[in-house]
Amino acid sequence: MTVIIDYGVGNLFSLVSSLKAVSEEAEVSSDPEALRKADRLILPGVGAFEDAAEKLRQSGLKDVILEEVRNGKPILGICLGMQLLFERSFEYGEHEGLGLLRGEIVPMKGVIDPSLKIPHIGWNALHIVKDSPIFQDIHEGDCVYFVHSYYASGCADSLTAVTEYSHPLTASVQKDNIFGCQFHPEKSGRVGLKILKAFCEIKGANKL
Amino acid sequence: MITKRIIPCLDVRNGRVVKGVNFEGIADVASPVELAQMYSDKGADELVFYDITASIEDRAIFTDILRETASKVFIPLTVGGGINTLDDFDRVLKCGADKVSVNSGAIRDPSLVYDAAKRYGDQCVVISADVKRVGGEFRVFSKGGRVDTGMEAVGWIRRCVDNGAGEVVLNSIDTDGVKQGFDLEMLRVVCDAVSVPVIASGGAGCIEDFITLFKTLPKVDAGLAASIFHFGEVEIADLKRAMKENGISVRI
Repeated sequence: MTVIIDYGVGNLFSLVSSLKAVSEEAEVSSDPEALRKADRLILPGVGAFEDAAEKLRQSGLKDVILEEVRNGKPILGICLGMQLLFERSFEYGEHEGLGLLRGEIVPMKGVIDPSLKIPHIGWNALHIVKDSPIFQDIHEGDCVYFVHSYYASGCADSLTAVTEYSHPLTASVQKDNIFGCQFHPEKSGRVGLKILKAFCEIKGANKL
Repeated sequence: MITKRIIPCLDVRNGRVVKGVNFEGIADVASPVELAQMYSDKGADELVFYDITASIEDRAIFTDILRETASKVFIPLTVGGGINTLDDFDRVLKCGADKVSVNSGAIRDPSLVYDAAKRYGDQCVVISADVKRVGGEFRVFSKGGRVDTGMEAVGWIRRCVDNGAGEVVLNSIDTDGVKQGFDLEMLRVVCDAVSVPVIASGGAGCIEDFITLFKTLPKVDAGLAASIFHFGEVEIADLKRAMKENGISVRI
């Protein structure tokens, strides 16, 4: 059973449908007990970093997530959910993330070619820099769907794929049981479904 | 680099996809759920669902169809038609829409774009402008292209973008359904005026029209069409292959 963490950020309709499409039993929940019982977690998120980080903290889910992930439970952060896995973000100020991965979230503005549009919206190619279990059925150059204005930087130790937008932007990360996609696998057609299916096949480490 | 998007548009009325010429003369086509799945399988990059129903009952049918489509199609979905309030945004987003396009609703209440962008993010709000040449200027039309608002189009579109619209769909009423190519002149003016993605709509008749569009106006992000896809005059796979052969960045 995969639990999609519901902390009041974003629309979970597509994510639930896409897990159903890969025959994965999924539940949307904000109940700490459900998160503890889950085989794996998905941390979604759309919107502003500060607001999302605050909601995770206030709901008490932050501590549950940290405990479960440190015990070896697989987690997949999607879009803002991936950004939250990092130490901090510089989106409108400086805000603390979950700190599960080394690195920080910085604006594209000033880094990419000024003639390019921000947000980076649309289908762009994945360039795999390090193999990861969620890429088992994915090929170099497969396109996935992005919508974001900030990206993860200083994350060389977890970086698994980049996408090119006049500058290589972090597209996917993994360190042990911690996975993240800047793109939306639930909106990335067949390629996205393969990534979600592969994640759902990952078995976590045994709990202590 | 980011790819150019090909977007089939599904005009839904009474639970069916329909298509007219110059916004009139509507003919029944097919089930929107089946069409959406077919387009997704064939490589469409995004789908637009346009609700052209008139009554509340039909709107409920539309909502059901949207929900069913969104649960089976895993590419971005934009929904438009009859969006007048934040509650309308909420209704379609809960049914699986990723973006919401506004037209008459934004003309009636200019704060709608701002309020929606603030609540759901810029990326969620698409301004769809129906534009026609009147007396030497580009004018915005409302109510499905029937009413001349008297407003100059480019300034109007720019205001919407300033208020938070994250994308512009430019429908040229002059070229809609005519199948003689996109309205390059109108598109160029709008592309030069805004810095958000611009989607060209109205006038595509063949593969060459898309090639001309993307070659002539590299700033255009996507091409939208309806009948040529519905009636199989242009196959998306063939179109994308031709784009690739012409050096246009595309998702195959």
